[in-house]
Amino acid sequence: MKKLKVDHVSKSFQNENGEDVKALSDVTLEVEEGEFICILGPSGCGKTTLLRIIAGLEKPTGGDVLVDGEPVDGPTPRLGMIFQDYSLYPWRRVLDNIAFGLEIAGVEKATRAATARKYLELVGLKDFADAFPYELSGGMRQRVAVARALAIEPAVVLMDEPFGALDAQTRNAMQRELLDIWEKTKKTVLFVTHSVDEAVFLADRIVVLTTRPGRIREVVDVNEPRPRDRTCDGCAALRRYVLGLIDEGRPDR
Amino acid sequence: MRENVQEFRRFQGMARGFRWAIMPLFFLIAWEVAAVVINNQFILPRLESVAMVLATPFSPILGSGSLVENAIDSLQRVIVGFTVGALLAVPIGVAMGRWRIVEELVDPLVQIFRPIPPLAWVPLALAWFKIGLASMVFIIAIGSFFPVLLNTLDGVRSVKRTWIEAAMTLGATERQILSRVVLPGALPTIWTGMRVGFGIAWMCVVAAEMMPGTNSGLGYLILYAYNFSQVQVIIAGMIVIGVIGLGIDTALRRFEERWFRWRELER
Repeated sequence: MKKLKVDHVSKSFQNENGEDVKALSDVTLEVEEGEFICILGPSGCGKTTLLRIIAGLEKPTGGDVLVDGEPVDGPTPRLGMIFQDYSLYPWRRVLDNIAFGLEIAGVEKATRAATARKYLELVGLKDFADAFPYELSGGMRQRVAVARALAIEPAVVLMDEPFGALDAQTRNAMQRELLDIWEKTKKTVLFVTHSVDEAVFLADRIVVLTTRPGRIREVVDVNEPRPRDRTCDGCAALRRYVLGLIDEGRPDR
Repeated sequence: MRENVQEFRRFQGMARGFRWAIMPLFFLIAWEVAAVVINNQFILPRLESVAMVLATPFSPILGSGSLVENAIDSLQRVIVGFTVGALLAVPIGVAMGRWRIVEELVDPLVQIFRPIPPLAWVPLALAWFKIGLASMVFIIAIGSFFPVLLNTLDGVRSVKRTWIEAAMTLGATERQILSRVVLPGALPTIWTGMRVGFGIAWMCVVAAEMMPGTNSGLGYLILYAYNFSQVQVIIAGMIVIGVIGLGIDTALRRFEERWFRWRELER
């Protein structure tokens, strides 16, 4: 069985004139257990909408999302979500932020502290358990967000441009760390980005979306061996190819 | 030479530390001078006679209880009234902030009732609850209700959508979202509302105690003292009212600075 199945999903909004605007059109995607998928497209292509539909935060106008064969009909702890902007609770210490999901699931205090510590260590922040989020840098906060999402052991991890607000160096470091964590936990990951470079570095497969309405232009396999070198010829060729796909998809070309 | 400079710097630092006292001191001197010039204790008593009232806070004044007894009465009333007002305002404010339909239904009533000053309710309070604790509590509760309500509403609206959505994806129920995300997220702003509300409640209690038939409390004491032309008691009572109000506001603000620091530090 596929880990995640996006089955003919489409989504339309009504604009202020009452006209239907199609944001997503007939998106179908199957993801294997343990895969790292990047959803790539220019801004306004509906990639965040697609991720939010998968997360259950928005209802599709048509089609279904299935996790382990079961349909998603609302937000669920089976799907962990990491948001672009900082979603940590500023009144909670780092460890209590990570334990939040366990706390609402009714996990006993000592157990959830131990689990939270384990994930804190996984993201390399074990000295910051008692810090408040405002004492951390942007990259560290996103690592805490990753730990919080992983702590409830979701079947699939969804990431919505999680490194978009970080500077280039931090961003590269975070990408490497994310791959480390992914290899250790063997999670299935769906990662939304508008950066071709990021997608080529991270993904097993890149789902390239076209803009308005968003539909799948092509699913590109990335067969470069890991750990990847960003500057290798294979990566450069792949970047050129994917950039070409995105440019073709533009209406104003 | 250098020691002199250091000495001078230290003196400068100390002088700066006492700068706040300049105007109050000037005010007291002006008062005393005016009192001597006017020379009429029924218009402006001298500092000493007011100080004498303040210096004996436990001795009964004109057979109507001491300063402390009356202050305790006022405090009890304000605490009961404020608690009633806040206990009504916080849940209504949270519901209005969280559910659009509640806001649409309740907001017109809030808009209509809010501009009515708490003291305009006095006659109605007397008609409904007669003279006594109930009517005072009623007026104080109305006075504290609106600032707490509006700040709660504001605080709930300022809770980031991402905080709520993150909780949803972690499996939180609506109830858990309310108690663990919305309430703590809005709490600093609710607290500000409580501070403002308590200040207004304190003003209301003094006014409410001036209602006919009241026989204790700081508001009653200063009005009663007026009937006996004891201006030094009126002023002493006013000073106590001011000091208690300031003390409570300071305590609430200290708490706010200590526990809700994240509101300022969060970008």
